[in-house]
Amino acid sequence: MALRVEQPVTMESYAGLKPAWCPGCGNFGILRALNKALVEMKVQPWQLLMVSGIGQAGKLPHYSRGNTFNSLHGRAVPPAVAAKIANPELVVIVIGGDGDGYSEGGNHFLHVLRRNHDITHIVHDNQVYALTKGQASPTSDEGYVSKTTPGGALPPLNALGVAIMAGATFVARTFAGDLDHAARTIQEGVRHRGFALIDVLQPCVTFNHVNTFKWYSERVYKLDERGHNPQDKMAALEVVQQWGERIPIGVIYREQRPTYEDRIPALKKGPLAKQVIDPQRIAPLFQEFQ
Amino acid sequence: MPVEANFMVGGEAGQGVQSVGAVLAKTLARGGYHVFADQDYESRIRGGHNFFRIRASNMPVAAIKEPLDILVALNQETIDLHRMEVAPGGVVVYDQEKGQPGEGNYLGVPFTRLAQEKAGNRIMANSVAFGAALGLTGYDLDAAANIVRGFFGGDVGEANVTATRAGYDYATENFKGERPLNLKPLGDGKRLLMNGHDAVALGAIAAGCNFMAGYPMTPATPILEYLSTHAKDMDMAVVQTEDEISAINMAIGASFAGARAMTATSGSGFCLMVEGVGLAGITETPVVIVNAQRPGPAVGLPTRTEQGDLLFVLHCHQGDFPRAVLAPASVEDAFWLTIKAFNLADKYQLPVIMLTDHYLATSYITVDGFDLSKVVIDRGETYSPERHGPPQEYKRHKVTGSGISPRAFPGLTEALVVTDSDEHDETGHLIEDARARTEQVEKRLRKLNGLGQETSPPEVYGPPNAETTLVGWGSTWGALRESIDILNRGNGKFNLLHLRELWPFPSEAVNSILQQAKRSYVVESNAAGQLARLIRAETGRLVDGKVLKYDGRPFTPSGIAEQVKEEVYHGAKS
Repeated sequence: MALRVEQPVTMESYAGLKPAWCPGCGNFGILRALNKALVEMKVQPWQLLMVSGIGQAGKLPHYSRGNTFNSLHGRAVPPAVAAKIANPELVVIVIGGDGDGYSEGGNHFLHVLRRNHDITHIVHDNQVYALTKGQASPTSDEGYVSKTTPGGALPPLNALGVAIMAGATFVARTFAGDLDHAARTIQEGVRHRGFALIDVLQPCVTFNHVNTFKWYSERVYKLDERGHNPQDKMAALEVVQQWGERIPIGVIYREQRPTYEDRIPALKKGPLAKQVIDPQRIAPLFQEFQ
Repeated sequence: MPVEANFMVGGEAGQGVQSVGAVLAKTLARGGYHVFADQDYESRIRGGHNFFRIRASNMPVAAIKEPLDILVALNQETIDLHRMEVAPGGVVVYDQEKGQPGEGNYLGVPFTRLAQEKAGNRIMANSVAFGAALGLTGYDLDAAANIVRGFFGGDVGEANVTATRAGYDYATENFKGERPLNLKPLGDGKRLLMNGHDAVALGAIAAGCNFMAGYPMTPATPILEYLSTHAKDMDMAVVQTEDEISAINMAIGASFAGARAMTATSGSGFCLMVEGVGLAGITETPVVIVNAQRPGPAVGLPTRTEQGDLLFVLHCHQGDFPRAVLAPASVEDAFWLTIKAFNLADKYQLPVIMLTDHYLATSYITVDGFDLSKVVIDRGETYSPERHGPPQEYKRHKVTGSGISPRAFPGLTEALVVTDSDEHDETGHLIEDARARTEQVEKRLRKLNGLGQETSPPEVYGPPNAETTLVGWGSTWGALRESIDILNRGNGKFNLLHLRELWPFPSEAVNSILQQAKRSYVVESNAAGQLARLIRAETGRLVDGKVLKYDGRPFTPSGIAEQVKEEVYHGAKS
């Protein structure tokens, strides 16, 4: 990622529309952390492309500032990776919730990881479907009672474990209630060359009365303070299985691998979006039909 | 004097039917003939029954002709199924070891034994068969050998030449009757022999498409394969995606970011893409989608043809938004319409659906080549600070009289490009406001005014004052034109109204043409008469009858002529 630094970037540069989230929503913390990370990296809003899904998280780009493609539910990742291919100079960040990324977007989630596109995917993980008013999500804790799971939710998807096994090159978890940690983790994800998955523990003040700010605050601990080595895949797989009494946050897994964009010869000539095409280029192709 | 030659090669999958067909078609094309060839195969890798039909002429041809002059049977099933299609003077050339002759002209050739003895590999039985077929026509063997050499390449090429020669010599020595055909090269053929999807892929590259995402599905796969193969040389990014949903969403994302993007699929794959069609509609993102039709619903008949998706692609997705639907009539048309598709998509910032089908995709025809100096790349109105004001004031969905808002690309200027699958205002930010909603719906639909002006008038073939007008669309063009010639040979007065740009529908033109006819019949490869319904919806006009075919097989000129006569002269049901 090459960043051009021109005019100063401040938090004011990222002041967007007034959020329509519930007061006290965990999304505010993520919005602030994202803006802080972008300011610290001196990314100009016009160099940034936010691609979001549908859900309360998907509205975030409107409340920040930058190029924005607010996509369909579960479909934020495909347009985001393609936009990165079309113009690798863009800083591309996908924003969506747990239902969006891990359920509706499940097939994209699985395959985008091994392709290692150079983008960052921030998952606002509140363990509940909030926009549709409180149904269980793929990360709801087992036994979580909602209108669609009166008998309690099934065991959750271990999305971060799946991500590591599916070939992710950067997997992290952070907490919306810890601004500095969240901002730092987002920065590390954006700076990572390759696909960065950042799961953010996000309290939902309206619908999730179990996994609250207090509940998360009492449980989270920082991996870097415990000497976790993110390059150790087995250790990372052990970390992603911790949940309940103690919840690890920080960079869980990291490896360096060529990105998808590295593998596209056409990009050696610059972004596709800037290339001018001459129809005459196809003339040699006719030979094989003679 | 017209020269006509009609061949069929048949056998099981794995016997090399396609290779013989392709080599024969290429040989005749290189020899200066106009060639048309189509394929019929099953959805399996080995076994089953497959055939390849080749028609060659010194005059342009655009469809298959019956009956056959030479039937090349690689197995008995081919004899059983197709011997009745052979002309009285025609010959069935078959593998002595695998088939039994029937009544008529048969030439048994030990395809497999000669392949083993002469070329050292029984797998080259198909080249022996090719040689034998050619021997029956007296065609120049050396000219054919060059094609075989080039087709297979290297040592395998040489061995296949030996096998071809063995078959040729055997047929020349052993066939005692009158030759079914006398063919010789007409000159050095410069024409290109290609199929509809070759033309779509070439048209896309010529149009400046530099991003393609797709998921393999018959019969659209060759577009994905061709573009993948040439991505490096043609400066393209081609992504094989995890599914069709991803494919269309990627194409839209790449297009949003400034690439020229497309995807290609078929029937049920297109069903998965429909959500993306609406996304392109509301975000006003250009995207070209090739829907290569095959008989449905669901998996249907994977390796067969149909024109059953017309009403679906016109109406798919909730809500009202503009789109364009184009259906190439021929291989040559596929090249030019693909370029038009990209230009319409960019100019009007909407999804453009190209309706091809299995028949067009897999039929080969000789074309004269494409004048690349005539290719126009129109990216539509793009934002520049000089013309459209400072970047701070840029609005992606600015309300304009034409409905077209100048397009900026993220990161190429300092203008922030904001769009949303939610309803949004001019700035692209989501809204629920009634006035802004109404404004944006109307702005998008206003694009239809300009788009409608871009529709080329439909083609009329045959006498303008004909009593009966046949109406067709898309890939049936070649067969329909020839059926008009057949029908007009007697006392008939027929003409053809053919549509290749179906949406926006050229209502006025269609209405005025149909007004002049005493009777009109749609000819379509579907069961419902979808074009008839569209004509009724857009012109209020009822056609007098429908000639429909939905067995998965393509129309032939004589087949259409017979069905039309049945309708016209024996008053059929509609």
